[in-house]
Amino acid sequence: MSVDIQRTARSQVTFRAIAAHAILITYTLIALFPVFVIVINSFKSRNAIFREPLSLPNAESFSLKGYETVLKQGDFVLYFQNSLIVTVASLTMVLLFGAMAAFALSEYRFRGNLLTGLYLAIGIMIPIRLGTVAILEMMVASGLVNTLTALILVYTAQGLPLAVFILSEFMQGISDDLKNAGRIDGLTEYTIFGVLVLPLIRPALATVAVFTMIPIWNDLWFPLILAPAEETKTITLGAQVFIGQFVTDWNAVLASLSLAIIPVLVLYLIFSRQLIKGITAGAVK
Amino acid sequence: MIVGRTFRAARFTPFNKLEKLMQKPISKPPIRWHIPVFLAPAFLIYTAVMVIPLLGTIQLSLFSDIDGEQVFVGLANFKTLLGDQHWSQQFWNALLNNTWFFVIHMLVQNPIGILLAALLSSNKLRMKAFYRTSIFIPTILSFVIVGFAWKLILSPIWGVAPSMLDVIGLKSLFTPWLGKEEYALTTLALISVWQFVGIPMMLIYAAMLSIPDEILEAAECDGVTGISQFWKIKLPLILPSIGIISILTFVGNFNAFDLIYSVQGALAGPNFGTDVLGTFMFRTFFGFQLQLGDPNMGSAIASIMFIIILIGVSIYLFGIQTRLRRYQF
Repeated sequence: MSVDIQRTARSQVTFRAIAAHAILITYTLIALFPVFVIVINSFKSRNAIFREPLSLPNAESFSLKGYETVLKQGDFVLYFQNSLIVTVASLTMVLLFGAMAAFALSEYRFRGNLLTGLYLAIGIMIPIRLGTVAILEMMVASGLVNTLTALILVYTAQGLPLAVFILSEFMQGISDDLKNAGRIDGLTEYTIFGVLVLPLIRPALATVAVFTMIPIWNDLWFPLILAPAEETKTITLGAQVFIGQFVTDWNAVLASLSLAIIPVLVLYLIFSRQLIKGITAGAVK
Repeated sequence: MIVGRTFRAARFTPFNKLEKLMQKPISKPPIRWHIPVFLAPAFLIYTAVMVIPLLGTIQLSLFSDIDGEQVFVGLANFKTLLGDQHWSQQFWNALLNNTWFFVIHMLVQNPIGILLAALLSSNKLRMKAFYRTSIFIPTILSFVIVGFAWKLILSPIWGVAPSMLDVIGLKSLFTPWLGKEEYALTTLALISVWQFVGIPMMLIYAAMLSIPDEILEAAECDGVTGISQFWKIKLPLILPSIGIISILTFVGNFNAFDLIYSVQGALAGPNFGTDVLGTFMFRTFFGFQLQLGDPNMGSAIASIMFIIILIGVSIYLFGIQTRLRRYQF
């Protein structure tokens, strides 16, 4: 009798595990399929792309013609470099300035503390995009149109509110004893921030970094409006314009898509472990 | 004096109070310069690049260009937008499309995200890291890539989608979804769902991991397991996270632009069938084909988007968030 119950319970558990795997595998396939199709077809000859879109490239159908066209024509290296500069610079500023402001708000009591916090938090809910018209006018007036600086400033402002919010939640959890010990040892407030506090909130910094970085890297709106010139194009805008030119050259289109996918994919696979750690560290409850 | 400064942060200890009393007759405490220094960079950049332009947009929407000069016209732009037949038709079309876009995200993206997170957070599952990593991949891709990839896959010329449907015997269902007015918007919304399902998944997953094991074990002792455990124990505990996700979805969707622009262009075809507020604002501001750009009307649309988002966020903050029950472990 009891053996029977155990057996049914066990088979129920196995059934549940199988069902869970089935659902997850199905969804994983849905998530990866389009990326897979694009990448494999970018390595095929034009005929093979159309004849057998779903098969892997083999000796007969393998071709790098698309990549040759793309690398000859587009300045992908420059676009990639622009994207990298913009993303890294704005990320650094968001993390540094955000952490500084969060430290001030969570560590000290002063008049206007709550108000400043609320003022900075408004930006989480209101997208900076709605200020585009005025931002463009401002950048034109200050001569920053078609510079990477314009993009960096905008993305910094866009990322700061969420960064301050998440980081100050975290900083409240750091023990006062530690900081006071530092004060007794004669550390300045700046050293306490830089040497004691910053290393302790690393998981929160990672979370903020990811949530700040993805929209910056992928943004089409501000590069299109603020910096559409050839020498300041980001890779997202570059790919958009570039793909548009090659609508009929399927090899080139597929190759340029793959070229845009692969760097991000590699970066993501390298950092995915830290990302999960950061997110599940409890930053967003 | 020096000792008082050193202890400033730990202010509420009795020792400190005593010290303060001792200090009182001497002088006022010195200004703590490090506070403004810490706050200044974030405050200045945020104010200059975000707050002032947002106010500027609202201001611009109250002006109009008359013979090359900016003239204050009050709410006339809004009157045109909502009253003039040509404008109001476009506006309501965009607003309606945007609402549908949001509804699909709420009905498809968030439930799928919750389901995946619930499956991933079950204890004994293997290959968790693989699933999590793969399902999040579309989220890191740019709209441009996602847009074109799907455009190619759904293209009747290439035929990946029809031949896939053929495998399961549903080839007859295929139509050029992105090209037909009645399907295009839904198709785009589903593409966007496909791309962003990773975000609710991750956030809910994090929330579920933060549920203490004791609670789940207690539930198991009471015989609440599996699906009923999800409904009765986990779901109530993650409701605040679902609230946050909903409002993030709302704000994100009412700003949507990139995907639609990269798939359908600024005209948001077919026949404005996929026009949302973002593309409408872009088109109005920069102009297209024969119509000249109009910054003032563009600002008016942006201001209305601002108001819509503000209303949505207020409803969430005052109507929903305050009613959510929070549990402390």
